Amino acid sequence: MKTKGKVTGIIANLVIVEVDGPVAQNEICFINLSGVNLKAEVIKIIGKLAYVQVFESTRGLRVGNSVEFQGHMLEVSLGPGLLSKNFDGLQHDLAKMDGIFLQRGDYTDALDMDSTWEFTPMVEAGKQVTAADWLGEVPENWVKHKIMVPFTLTDKYTVKSIVPQGTYKITDTIAVLTNSKGEDINVSMVQKWPVKRAITAYREKPRPFKIMETGVRVIDTLNPIAEGGTGFIPGPFGCGKTVLQHALAKQAEADMIIVAACGERANEVVEIFAEFPHLEDPRTGRKLMERTTIICNTSNMPVASREASVYTAMTIGEYYRSMGLKVLLLADSTSRWAQALREMSNRLEELPGPDAFPMDLPAIIANFYARAGMVYLNNGTTGSVTFIGTVSPAGGNLKEPVTESTKKAARCFYALSQQRADSKRYPAIDSMDSYSKYLEYPEIQEYLNKNISPNWVNLVLKSKNIVQRGKEAYEQINILGDDSVPLDYHDRFWKAEIIDFVILQQDAFDKIDSNTPIKRQQYMLEKVMEIADMNFKFDGFEQCSIYYKRIINTLKQMNYAQFQTDEFNNYEKELYTILNERRVE
Amino acid sequence: METKAFQRIYTQLMGITKATVTLKAQGIANEELAMVHGRLAQVVKIFGDMVTLQVFSGTEGIPTNAEVVFYGEPPKLKVGDDLAGRFFDAYGRPLFGATEIEGEAREIGGPSVNPLRRKQPSELIATGIAGIDLNNTLVTGQKIPFFADPDQPFNQVMAMVALRAQADKIILGGMGLSNDDFLFFKNVFENAGALDRIISFVNTTEQPPVERLLVPDMALTAAEYFAVQKNEKVLVLLTDMTLYADALSIVSNRMDQIPSKDSMPGSLYSDLAKIYEKAVQFPEGGSITIIAVTTLSGGDITHAIPDNTGYITEGQLFLRTDSDTGKVIVDPFRSLSRLKQLVIGKKTREDHPQVMNAAVRLYADAANAKTKLENGFDLTEYDERALKFAHDYSMKLLAIDINIEVDTMLDTAWQLFAKYFSKTEVAIKNELVQKYWPN
Ligand SMILES: Nc1ncnc2c1ncn2[C@@H]1O[C@H](COP(=O)(O)OP(=O)(O)OP(=O)(O)O)[C@@H](O)[C@H]1O
Ligand SMILES: [Mg+2]
Repeated sequence: MKTKGKVTGIIANLVIVEVDGPVAQNEICFINLSGVNLKAEVIKIIGKLAYVQVFESTRGLRVGNSVEFQGHMLEVSLGPGLLSKNFDGLQHDLAKMDGIFLQRGDYTDALDMDSTWEFTPMVEAGKQVTAADWLGEVPENWVKHKIMVPFTLTDKYTVKSIVPQGTYKITDTIAVLTNSKGEDINVSMVQKWPVKRAITAYREKPRPFKIMETGVRVIDTLNPIAEGGTGFIPGPFGCGKTVLQHALAKQAEADMIIVAACGERANEVVEIFAEFPHLEDPRTGRKLMERTTIICNTSNMPVASREASVYTAMTIGEYYRSMGLKVLLLADSTSRWAQALREMSNRLEELPGPDAFPMDLPAIIANFYARAGMVYLNNGTTGSVTFIGTVSPAGGNLKEPVTESTKKAARCFYALSQQRADSKRYPAIDSMDSYSKYLEYPEIQEYLNKNISPNWVNLVLKSKNIVQRGKEAYEQINILGDDSVPLDYHDRFWKAEIIDFVILQQDAFDKIDSNTPIKRQQYMLEKVMEIADMNFKFDGFEQCSIYYKRIINTLKQMNYAQFQTDEFNNYEKELYTILNERRVE
Repeated sequence: METKAFQRIYTQLMGITKATVTLKAQGIANEELAMVHGRLAQVVKIFGDMVTLQVFSGTEGIPTNAEVVFYGEPPKLKVGDDLAGRFFDAYGRPLFGATEIEGEAREIGGPSVNPLRRKQPSELIATGIAGIDLNNTLVTGQKIPFFADPDQPFNQVMAMVALRAQADKIILGGMGLSNDDFLFFKNVFENAGALDRIISFVNTTEQPPVERLLVPDMALTAAEYFAVQKNEKVLVLLTDMTLYADALSIVSNRMDQIPSKDSMPGSLYSDLAKIYEKAVQFPEGGSITIIAVTTLSGGDITHAIPDNTGYITEGQLFLRTDSDTGKVIVDPFRSLSRLKQLVIGKKTREDHPQVMNAAVRLYADAANAKTKLENGFDLTEYDERALKFAHDYSMKLLAIDINIEVDTMLDTAWQLFAKYFSKTEVAIKNELVQKYWPN
């Protein structure tokens, strides 16, 4: 029997319910408001009072309204048909909702419950299986979507029967499993999982050992992210977090992209809705939307479901990872998620931590990032969830709780600098402050040197050093004046500028420049480093700056040209003509 | 709103703070309206039979035996074509002795648009001001504030933009507007013969601050009526959102909430987003564009109000007085329209993006030269040219008293390039230089 209750208090979206039976922390309930059911989650229990956060506006709610508890936590439906969908933060399908405006209690199914799928079994009766083992597959877009032993089944099972190849409804029983007690369990193509728990039905989670190519030079070349790795992008407003994430969503070498638009602008999601069905995945030529799932809980949508949205996204990511896919999860912005936690914590009158965020914020963030990773599945193949979140620090100041907690949890740090954004040096990633811990992993270094070029890691470190020295030279020039420093300082400064303009800066809105495959990145870095090793003769600092501007200009034209076409090669020839003008041994 | 006969009247308040009253009452709905001692109030908290109400005009003089009558419904606005050409107070009551309008009463602060039912904005709003059209192009369905110090002429610029924007309706939401500024808007609109396109909801400095909290929702409820029902292009002007946020903090502090940065409520981001995200382009042609004003104190944009605003809006326009020319300009460095990409070079001439970037870059060179000068260093010959360019650029393009077409802005920029720089210094794509460099 379901536990029932009555509303006894309302403070914004925090509602206090007096219950008549057992309730569990994080249990879901529905509050009945004149025939409309409002979904809510238990977040605190004191005696007979359950404090629930409502995933909707509570306007019109009264003391005495009835509540029904559901006996389970907030969960998502997992099955074929999640790809290319647009969900709200609680995984309701936005396309199935009626009308222009979102109506309270309009809870649409995530999956198409009438859909049929072409099922091919992968096991035979008699086989021993455990959670997440593949029972069969159905084609979903281009993915071979695996139908698995539900993650909630924790025993060992024997396949009692499995249906032959054929077309089945998503809810049909496709296999019967027998547990160790001899009880039968029917398995369909749909399973459910509580979003706040990590799916851990895999063999092991090794350290990441490969990089995930993104086509963004300042990431791949200077601070690469590992497949199954974690990273975050903090930056003041308008510095390019979202543009960068969209670039990753378009270009990254992943099988599946999950975009969690968490408390940000609706128009930015609309941009994805408008473009992704037409844009092509640069590697496969398939439409981007075919590999994308969007969890959209924009800033004007209910705050509590904003908090849930990142978990919904992560759970879907883990589900596809279990099929052996490479998933890239992007969340913009995780600060909005933290703020949702703060709003609720304040309403609960919990003892506040720094900046009024909840005390356990660091732990919550760390737990979430820990769900990413590359894993060896039960059958020995790999799957991965790579996670990159943005952080929107208050006042652009990185010394604030969300940034600091995230820094401890994520392995890559892509700090956007206001100064670079102001001078339109996009992407505004500050290459000096930013880092990738993966670049220090011996297995990653080995991978890079093996797959790009034997001396790659050294070359990258050397280029970083040049940027650093250039910055120092620039500071000296600024303090002492152009005339009062040795010419060598100018030379050093301009060599760093070459790396800045040609490698670090990248035009996200140019068709060619926006996406640089790793081979081309290698080519350009080697070119630039070759120039950095050259010596030139100048009569004065003005001549030096004019000359380097010409070099930069020509290199930039190369960036804008299709790789190794006549146009590209001509600019390259022009480059060497310029270089030879002033080159000395 | 009249009281109904069967309504129960409560006469015993249990607690009074500066903005709220608390009493025992049953069967009360969250967010419903009530009249407390003749003043409008709204339910903000219910705990058992204890109900807390926020009294919009403040609680001065309210006695513990004040009469409280509940209305059983949240704040509403009557919407209809009659709204056009009218002035209302923060409660949506007609000003200047006008009669109530006919129409359907709609809850204000209603639900959000399903993001899937939006269309990507793509229609340029021409203002004639190059600091906007050239560098920070606006698009219908956008939300963007002016960030300005209180002494900047932001209301004037906003009125000018509104009149040139070719909107079907202009809705003014005035919060803490000085009476002079209110009359200024009224006159400007009247003189432009635009009154039939204007609707105003105004709370002036003379009125209680908490009332302001109703203004944006009133304005946007009216906007939604015209954008959704009539497929009209609606421009909503919200001035001054800083005073709105101040009112939020008054209420939340009185309700003992833990303040976060700058004594603002922790929910400031969500509160502001709920307003700004009403900006939308509908597929059927209707749109709501929001131009707001956020006044700064001492130009500090890291303060919680501008900071949260910047994280919500699609860019910001900075007004600043240029010390070289004495003109008020739209600052090209700190201003940004995030949606300009959707129209520049597409709805405008192909050279627009590159010309815009080149000019700003050269202007930045001039700023560096100026710093050098201030630090007592010698200027190079290039620096000298950059400074001259900056002066002309400021006079002919950045100043807010400019009113020209976008093509003319682009031509002007090319002329300035050619006057002060070589082609390589300007560094624009070759094919564009070939085509547009003046001979
Ligand atoms: N790589 C880029 N190339 C060119 N322009 C860029 C690039 N990145 C950002 N911009 C410019 O900066 C603007 C703001 O970028 P973006 O929306 O990504 O900022 P954000 O950091 O996400 O800001 P917020 O925190 O407010 O969401 C863009 O609209 C664009 O004009
Ligand atoms: Mg963003």
